[in-house]
Formats: sequence, C-alpha cells, structure tokens
Amino acid sequence: MKKLLTGNEAVARGAYEAGVVFASAYPGTPSTEILENIAPYKKDIIAEWAPNEKVALESVIGASIAGARSLAIMKHVGVNVAADPLFTFAYTGVTGGTILVTADEPGMHSSQNEQDNRYYAKFAKIAMVEPSNSQEAKDMMLESMKISEEYDTPVLFRMTTRICHSKTIVELGEREEAIKKPYVKNLQKYDAVPSVARELHKKVEIRLIKLEEYSNNSPLNYFEWNDKKIGIISSGIAFQHAKEVFKDTVSYLKLGYTYPLPFEKIKEFADQVETLYVIEELEPFIEEQIKARGIKCTGKEKLSNQGELNPDIISKSLLNKSHEMIEYDASDIVTRPPTFCAGCPHRGLFYELGQRKNIMIAGDIGCYGLSGFAPLNAKDTTICMGASVSMAHGAQKIFNRYNENVRAVATIGDSTFFHTGINSMLDVIYNRGNSITIILDNRITGMTGQQDHPGTGYTLQGMPTTAIDIADLIKAMGVKNLRVINPNDLNEVNESIDWALAIEDEPSVIITRWPCALKKYSSQDLEEFGPIDSKCIIDEDACIGCKQCVKTGCPALIYDPEKNKVDIDPIQCVGCEVCMQTCPVDAISKVGVKND
Amino acid sequence: MTDVKNILLVGVGGQGTILASKILSNGLLEHGYDVKMAEIHGMSQRGGSVVSQVRYGEEVFSPVIDKGNADIIVAFEMMEALRWLGHLKPNGKVIVNNYKLPSARINSGIDQYPENVLDRIKEKANITIIDAADIAADLGNRRTMNVVLLGSLIQAMDLDNIDWNTVVKENIKEKFVDINIEALQAGMNCIK
Repeated sequence: MKKLLTGNEAVARGAYEAGVVFASAYPGTPSTEILENIAPYKKDIIAEWAPNEKVALESVIGASIAGARSLAIMKHVGVNVAADPLFTFAYTGVTGGTILVTADEPGMHSSQNEQDNRYYAKFAKIAMVEPSNSQEAKDMMLESMKISEEYDTPVLFRMTTRICHSKTIVELGEREEAIKKPYVKNLQKYDAVPSVARELHKKVEIRLIKLEEYSNNSPLNYFEWNDKKIGIISSGIAFQHAKEVFKDTVSYLKLGYTYPLPFEKIKEFADQVETLYVIEELEPFIEEQIKARGIKCTGKEKLSNQGELNPDIISKSLLNKSHEMIEYDASDIVTRPPTFCAGCPHRGLFYELGQRKNIMIAGDIGCYGLSGFAPLNAKDTTICMGASVSMAHGAQKIFNRYNENVRAVATIGDSTFFHTGINSMLDVIYNRGNSITIILDNRITGMTGQQDHPGTGYTLQGMPTTAIDIADLIKAMGVKNLRVINPNDLNEVNESIDWALAIEDEPSVIITRWPCALKKYSSQDLEEFGPIDSKCIIDEDACIGCKQCVKTGCPALIYDPEKNKVDIDPIQCVGCEVCMQTCPVDAISKVGVKND
Repeated sequence: MTDVKNILLVGVGGQGTILASKILSNGLLEHGYDVKMAEIHGMSQRGGSVVSQVRYGEEVFSPVIDKGNADIIVAFEMMEALRWLGHLKPNGKVIVNNYKLPSARINSGIDQYPENVLDRIKEKANITIIDAADIAADLGNRRTMNVVLLGSLIQAMDLDNIDWNTVVKENIKEKFVDINIEALQAGMNCIK
C-alpha cells in the first residue's frame, strides 16, 4: 500500500517493520512525531518518553543488551546530552540492533543552534545513514538494523527538518519479527572498565575498516550515470535539491550510507567526471574527508555552511541562474512572531517579572522562552535545557562577590526541570547559593505539542502512573523557602517575587502551577483547577483606551486605534483574568459560558 | 515528462492550511501523481505565518518551492498573500481569501496592518478574491473556510477530474464530511 508520510511517520513505520521492541525519546522539534507515531504500536513496541536524551539512550542500551531491537530518538542538541553513553556504547556494541535517530535543524526553525550531527558518527566511530525522503527513511530503518547487528555497532540515523516534516510517497511493508536474543552476561563486551575498554577500542578500529568495506558495497551508495562533465556527490535532502536543479544532465554519486564514506566508489566517480561538486547542507562533512584523501572537489567555497539549503541556492551558486521574480514593495509587511497563547499561565508571571529592576532573568528551553519579546521583555539569556537554574547560580555568585545589587532569577518549565533542571537545583542548594528559581509548572510539555512527562501522571501509551510532585521533590532536596502559587493571580505573583527577593542568603523556589491553555484536562486537572467555563468581556463604555491590558501581550486583546478601545476575542479567551487585574478602571469582567 | 506543478498554501497558524494541503496531496496521490509536501512545525507555528508547499507531477525531487517558481498561491489571509508574492511565477495565479487576521502586535497597536493589500497584488498578478469566510458562514460553519479555498484551488488548477468527495471522506471526521463536501463545491463554483 502506498501512503504519503512525513519522514517522521516513515521512521516510525520503519521501526515497526524492522522489529523494534523498545523505543525511547525526549520530545524536541523536529523529532517529536517519531515516537508519537510509534506509540500506537502498543502490542509490538514498548514506547516511552524519557526525562532526557541521556536517559533515553541509556534505557535503549539496556534493552539492546537484554536482547531486543531498540531505538533512541532525539533532536540534534539532544545528542549532546546523550553523548556520554553514546561514546562508550560505540565501544561495547550491541546485542539487539540499535539505532539512534538524530533530527538536525538546519535553519533553526525551533532550535538554539544548527550543529551538524554527522560529526558525531566520525567522533564516536559508529555507522551512519542519511535518508533523502520518506521511502528511504522507512527502508533505511530496516537496513540499519541489519548493519547494527552484523557489524556490532549502534547506527546514527541522521534526519533533518525537511526530511522529518515533508510528506513523500512510501510503499509500506510487513513487520519483520526479530527473534529476541538471549541475555548473556559478558564482561569482556559490556563492562567498560579500563582493561576491557582498551580491548574494545581495538575492535572499534577493526570495525571501522569492515564498515568502510560495507560502505563501498552498500546499495545505499549508488551511481546515477549521465553526462560526465559534471559529477555531484550528495546526501540527504541536499541530494533532492541537487536533482531538482540538474535533473539528468549530470552524473551523481548518491550517498545514503555516509560514515565511513565509500572511498573506493568516490575515487571511481571522481576519476570519471571532469568537475566534481560536493553538495551538502550545513558543514563540509563529506567534502573535508574527500579532500583529505587527495581528491579535488568543490563544495563550501560555493555553498554556504549556514541555514537550510534549497534548489535556488544551488542554482545561483553553481549555475549563476535563478527564477524570474515579481518585484514589489514588501517593506510594510509585518512579522508574526510567536506569542504566548491566550490564557497561557506563563503570562502573569512574566508580566510582573518583566517590570522588576536589578534582576537578571535566566531563561530556558520551552514556550516560556518567548518571554524575551515585547511587550513582556522578561528574559536575559538562553543556552540549553536546564541551564537557567545553574546559570543563575553562577551569575548570582559573581554579583555577590562584587557586591553588585543584582538578583539572578531562573525561569524553567516543569518538563525542562525534570530533564536537567534537577541537577542544577542540586548545585544551587549544595553550593550555598541564593539565586531564585521559578518553576513554571504547566502540567505538560508545551512547546513540542502536549507530551506527558514524569509530573503529569500518565505515560506516553496512556497508562496512569505516579505523578512526581515537584514541590515534594524540592522539599526533599532540602529547600526551606518554597511557594506554590497560581500564576494567574497577579497579587500572589507580585507578593511572591517580593518574598523571594527578600531571602538573601538561601535558595528560594517559586512553583507556578496552572495547566497549559492548550492542555486537555485530565480528571485530576479538573478536580484541582476546575473546568474552563467563563470568559472575560470588556465594557466598551468604561474602557479608557489606556492599553494597560495590552501590555500583557495577550493575543485575544484587540486594540482598535480608531475607537481607542480594546475588545476581547471570545474565541481565544479562556478567562484567565490576567488582563482584568491590570485594568485601572475595572472595565473588564467575567461572564460564565456553557462548557461544552 | 509532465511538468511539475507547484502550489503554495499560506496563512496563519490555526486557519487549517495543513488540513487543506493534506486533502490536496492525498487526492493527487490517488490520481497517480508523484507528490511531495513540505511544512514547518514547532515554534514558528504559534500564531505565526504558516506555509505548506505541495509539488506534484511525474517525478518530484525537492519538496521545497523556490522563489519565483509557484504556479499558484492560495492565501488564507490577505497580508500573507503579499508576504509570499515573491514566490509566484510572473504569470502565476493568486487566490486570496478576503479576510484579514491582524497579528498580535497589530492588535496591541505596536504594528500596523499594511494598506491596500488586494490592489497591490492586483497590480502585479492574476488574482481571484474569494469571500471564503462568508461562504463558510452561510454553509453553517466558519471553520470550513479552508475547504472553500481548497475548492477554488482545485478548480483553478483544473484538478476537478479527481474524485475529491472520496478524498474528503477519507481525511475528515465523519460528522463534518457533508458540510466540507458542500464547502469544497462552493469554493469550486467561485472559479469560472
């Protein structure tokens, strides 16, 4: 059967067909939908959200050693978190075949950097594949499982945003039931103490030689011979862009298996073409290695290593040609930057925090990262998952040392706190810090689209489970100064910020607890927070057009410059009451609506 | 080889561009075309400008439509039509929903909605204006605006030989099928 699938859906289908029994991931754009699409295969695959990518990979390593085909999935920066187990797993190898999917993000649509994770394959000395469409994404899952088991290596499965989120046609297959291998205790393979690891490293080097042989003979690396004046070596989405531009006017060496590279094939290709181009997105991963073997080629001197590649860039750079375009004045077209949704529980906190002076607000990765934009202007930094808490600690230590009157405040979400914020919190407590940590507990993983996590009480596959209470956890860690507040109550928010700022010699923690405005309430949520059954309305006669409410940045508030009045969009409003509390003339009130 | 056709569906997050492009690409698949469709999910989608790119023909390589290479742009919102106009082929068509969705920054008085959007497009391109919001409201559900526009697109691209009613049935929840088939037809009727 033929279906249009995104690359992510195709990887999920490929995992099913390849006999995967255990899959673990932490959500992150553009990888999130892979595990979400594996979750429905409940009968065949155990699929779990892990608290972070390191844990995801480690549980996958355990499953592999226990004898099952296993799969870890993460976005590019997630592999940084999982790098520690990855590099030693590269030494031990696998029992059940194991694949690590890295979903890279050229162009940074929803990421903090655009690192090229192909270097991880070379760095860790493991096999790597790069699909260029959904069919290949599905098929390469099966081939990768074979490579993993035959060569005793984890396989790095490198996706990019355009592969993950583009739909292309896929011919579906059947599930290949892999026989579960027996668990065998084997210290010489899996106990990576120095004496064992030295032996394992020798095996890794031998494995690389065998993998290069595979690469030279792999069906994933193939020629497409046409005219030989120009030859193009390419992989991943870059190959599709190159074919779009050159069609069948040039010859191609298409690489689907890209570490180790097939140098015999590359040499054979280079010998037969007059001009050799290497077309790759982001870094010159292939080009550098080809040049190091003394083969002449052109790549990054023509094509940028920044942002997403597309046919237009290739055409302009290599052929000096581009499409004729309509010329027009676009100067007054305004952007639509992402904003907190109407009723977002982060709004109240940042509305108040943004008005404070002499504070440094360390932000983190999640929806609350939008706090830095106008009109809230309530953020100073973003680095990576969990960093807000530890960065605020380090900054506060310096402010203290130099007697500067600045307080450091960390803002971190619930899922991000579970991810790596806990370790950072330990740092603050252990090292006698006095930074302020605000945990924005919206009862879900928001930015990636409503994924459960250890605090929500439900697993990925819908089973009720222990909901880890962040307040209990913080108390157990030894924090004495803790408040749990409703972020939609501005008085409570303000008073709690004052309270925390007044604690000058100890760590303090504020947990803002209110569900994401997009969350489908669980029965526990309904019991704790009640149904959403009312909305805010504005008395137009009473509104004085001061725009104070608009400074909350709520997209449901619509200012009409002609009337000099504000109106509330009843479709968007969920009745959070934040705007109501900012109105100096009490023009906003709340009305009940039928809850359907 | 039949030429590859390039369709750009642009709008604002929440307007249903993704569902429209899903129906469109599944119909094209059923008809035997090679199809590729590209979208971006994640952070950029929260109330932001969204775009779906659909390419079809005998064999499609890149899923991405270059600037100056779209055969048609279907804009679910007026300013978005203007934003993406540079992607249109000089002889391409634009179908614009007669509908404004100001950004949050416009609503809060920071930015201004550009003026004379439709006239400015008219000066540069072959434009058809569709009152999709009114048509959808008359049918009884404003949310079918996306399928009205899809109907207009199908007619404008001469794709009416595909059995769209079946495709709609396969891609929309049962209780919304009838109204969406009506919406599709209403949209098709807007193109002469």
